[in-house]
Amino acid sequence: MKPNDILLAAVTKIAVLIILTFSIDLFFSGHHNPGGGFIGGLGIASSLVLMYLTFGTEAVNKLIPVDFKTVAAIGVLIAVLTGAGSFLFDAPFLSQTYGYFELPILGKTELATALIFDTGVALAVIGSAVTIILSISEDR
Amino acid sequence: MFEKVLTLALFILTLSILFALYRLLKGPSMPDRVMALDSIGIHLISGVAILSVLFRSHAFLDIILLLGILSFIGTIAFARFIERGVVIERGNDK
Repeated sequence: MKPNDILLAAVTKIAVLIILTFSIDLFFSGHHNPGGGFIGGLGIASSLVLMYLTFGTEAVNKLIPVDFKTVAAIGVLIAVLTGAGSFLFDAPFLSQTYGYFELPILGKTELATALIFDTGVALAVIGSAVTIILSISEDR
Repeated sequence: MFEKVLTLALFILTLSILFALYRLLKGPSMPDRVMALDSIGIHLISGVAILSVLFRSHAFLDIILLLGILSFIGTIAFARFIERGVVIERGNDK
């Protein structure tokens, strides 16, 4: 049966954009303000779940041809490699550093290596959350 | 005076959450429970807003947006489950 939720589809097309923007803002505001990789990943996962709710699995899988189990695995790999990368500089596991750089548009910005670790955490959270919800919904 | 009003508002919100919780546990039909859950979410949002006015900080404003998003998605999922019996559809080529 083809669903015909015009209202839901119209709301979703706008709300997904807002949720994704807010999640990326939360992701970058970590480290000094509330936010970070985990909650940013949860926000992105919830927007993906909203898209799955509205348009069904097939349409979204056609739009985003990504296996979310590999996303989770890549995220954990990035996080572990970032932690292990501190061995190259004779530092303890998971130690971090930061510096100030002049970027073209943003001006003077603070870049921290914790952001790479946060990216791994976010990818792991997105992959595992979406995988759990999809596999729960597919029991027949 | 203003802080007293805000504290009173928080108290009334707590009372209202308790009533919604009663409806959530006792509700005769499924839509009653979904409505109660949604209204608990809205009460939590307004409680966080009053707290951030009371503490004079804007560190909690992210929580309001996040709670709004999560309660919206949860309500949609419950409504779809009641209407169709399935939450995420599979064979849908659009």
